[in-house]
Amino acid sequence: MRFVDEFREPELISKTAEEIRRLAGSDRHYRLMEVCGGHTHAIYRFGLKDILPENIELIHGPGCPVCVLPMGRIDDGLSIAQNPDVIFAAFGDMMRVPGTQGSPLEHKARGMDVRIVYSPSDALKLARLNPEKHVMFFAIGFETTAPSTALTLMRAKAEGIHNFSVFCNHVTIIPAIRAILDSPDMRLDAFIGPGHVSTVIGCRPYEWIAQDQDKPIVVSGFEPLDMLQSIVMLLRQLKGREAKVENQYKRVVPWEGNRAALRAMAEVFQLRPYFEWRGLGFISQSALRLNDKYAAWDAEQRFEVPGIRVTDPKAAQCGEVLKGVLKPHQCKLFGRECTPEHPVGALMVSSEGSCAAYHNYEHRKAAMATSLTSIA
Amino acid sequence: MAHGAGGKASRKLVEGLFAPLLFGSTPGPLGDSAHIDINGSTVAITTDSFVVKPLRFPGGSIGELAVNGTVNDLAVSGARAEAVVVTFVLEAGLPTPVLEAEVRAMAKAARDAGVRIAGGDTKVVEHGKADQMYVTTTGIGRLLHGVTIDPSSVRVGDKILLSGPIGDHGITILLARGELDLEADLRSDTRSVLPLVETLVHAAGPGVRWMRDPTRGGAATSLNELARDCGLGMVLFEDQIPVRDTVRGACELLGLDPLHIANEGQFLAVVSPEYADAAINALSLAPGGGEAQVIGEVREQPAGTVLVTTRYGGSRIVDMLVGDPLPRIC
Repeated sequence: MRFVDEFREPELISKTAEEIRRLAGSDRHYRLMEVCGGHTHAIYRFGLKDILPENIELIHGPGCPVCVLPMGRIDDGLSIAQNPDVIFAAFGDMMRVPGTQGSPLEHKARGMDVRIVYSPSDALKLARLNPEKHVMFFAIGFETTAPSTALTLMRAKAEGIHNFSVFCNHVTIIPAIRAILDSPDMRLDAFIGPGHVSTVIGCRPYEWIAQDQDKPIVVSGFEPLDMLQSIVMLLRQLKGREAKVENQYKRVVPWEGNRAALRAMAEVFQLRPYFEWRGLGFISQSALRLNDKYAAWDAEQRFEVPGIRVTDPKAAQCGEVLKGVLKPHQCKLFGRECTPEHPVGALMVSSEGSCAAYHNYEHRKAAMATSLTSIA
Repeated sequence: MAHGAGGKASRKLVEGLFAPLLFGSTPGPLGDSAHIDINGSTVAITTDSFVVKPLRFPGGSIGELAVNGTVNDLAVSGARAEAVVVTFVLEAGLPTPVLEAEVRAMAKAARDAGVRIAGGDTKVVEHGKADQMYVTTTGIGRLLHGVTIDPSSVRVGDKILLSGPIGDHGITILLARGELDLEADLRSDTRSVLPLVETLVHAAGPGVRWMRDPTRGGAATSLNELARDCGLGMVLFEDQIPVRDTVRGACELLGLDPLHIANEGQFLAVVSPEYADAAINALSLAPGGGEAQVIGEVREQPAGTVLVTTRYGGSRIVDMLVGDPLPRIC
């Protein structure tokens, strides 16, 4: 399959892994954070930890939009959809995320009209097909998905479709990285930069990480070879005592980003003064809401929203895991009270969350007695 | 809803409620059919319900799925289906031609599989109380000679065989629902696997330890059940697992794992190593068996677990599916 197989070529992978081992040496430990949940998922799915030397530690970052969404927001969205005239539409990612009264899928089983959509424009299509109903799109995601929400709202406005609204939970990646770097217990050497977010925002917004914080960052693709090559690029910078922004994912990410997408976002959204991130707390100017021109399509303005705040159970150590201070399995609840079937904390919810990824792909491997080197 | 999706929740429901209350306190491993002794001769019996949406999809429909699914459950438990009884639950207002088409599909599938439809029942529920039609079947079969299916007979070193490409059915259904705006040239793999099972038993019967048709929950769920039942590790070689490019592509796009996608015309088998070549050779020559492969082997570790290894040296645990597979977007 094109665009996949060439980035999973065993020979190239083993050459790149060899280069990583050579660069990493054995004299020091490297802590690299992959910001994006897609990278976390890829690391576990492709078993990259088996390939990397032990002194390269990958720390899972905050870039999983489902994981950082506070439970109160889910409750708020679902409370609007208690109205029998409202259809609740969201990506598949959201469907198993628990609110206090259960996930959207559980609400669906109890009779709520919940639909899985593949894109916001599919939600708008639902509104056209169901003129007697109101379709509320529960929007999540970083700058990756925000432009498609923006374009859908522009189309709704242009076509005068008024039985459609957006419950906006879009967040922005830069303030989250800043919050991680500001955290006093954080020790990181470099960043594997988000791939899909950067297709929209480009590479310039990361320059402060290199200049002010003296940390290398390489924007990376999601295939095994992409990620290994990005690690090579980071190690070369670290060895040469450099700190700059580099783009490994050039086949997709333009340095300046996607101007049309950024224009659409500017047309529709404005920054919220602050927004709560699950595990990280309130971060100022870190999320988007609809601006006044689109107030008529803003579910938070059209409907009564309870504004529920739900605190995570104290025993859950999501914040520490999210910041890379603890490994998933070091949390007291991991694998016991908190599992993918019954997630307590946010990171166990999405398969991109570091706890779910670790649970699904990794933790039993750690307990394995025999080496796997003999596998053909 | 997850309790019906074939994965972890389904197993919990069966092990936690049905088995202790209905079959006694300590049920053994749960197979695809029960074997019952009647006056000294043993018969296999199985039951299944079909609630697929849409009713018709590229490559098949609920009527023939109901027959093939029942024949297959018997086949992988080492039995040849002899007779099937059928119950229809119909939603009031279902157009007659829709029902007729499914009854015809059922009759044809039964003829093709060489099984008799021996009886049935019909219930009609109010409009809105069911989704068009549901079908429940019960099948009875005679045991095939020369094979015993028993997860506890699985040994370290045994080979894991797969009859052909996985994921065709599940992805076809996902696309046929029309919610994803994706199109692909793909058909469900629904078919009777009995001819291939008979080929396997004929060629390698004494070496066949276990078989299963990986329907809902996919190959990963079936192999996790086996791993748990026999306490051994199932190690799969990713590049040996047959998956069509279309299915791979759809899975890449939607963030799904082909090992979690449902199949309706494939089976997995564990065969002792000395019979593995004979098994693959025989299957490859049989109609519809050309893509059969050894996809992995049984190891002592990781005990009770399915591990997938890649050509480039990585590996990952593949768990049972939790709930239905959902597309991942953001």
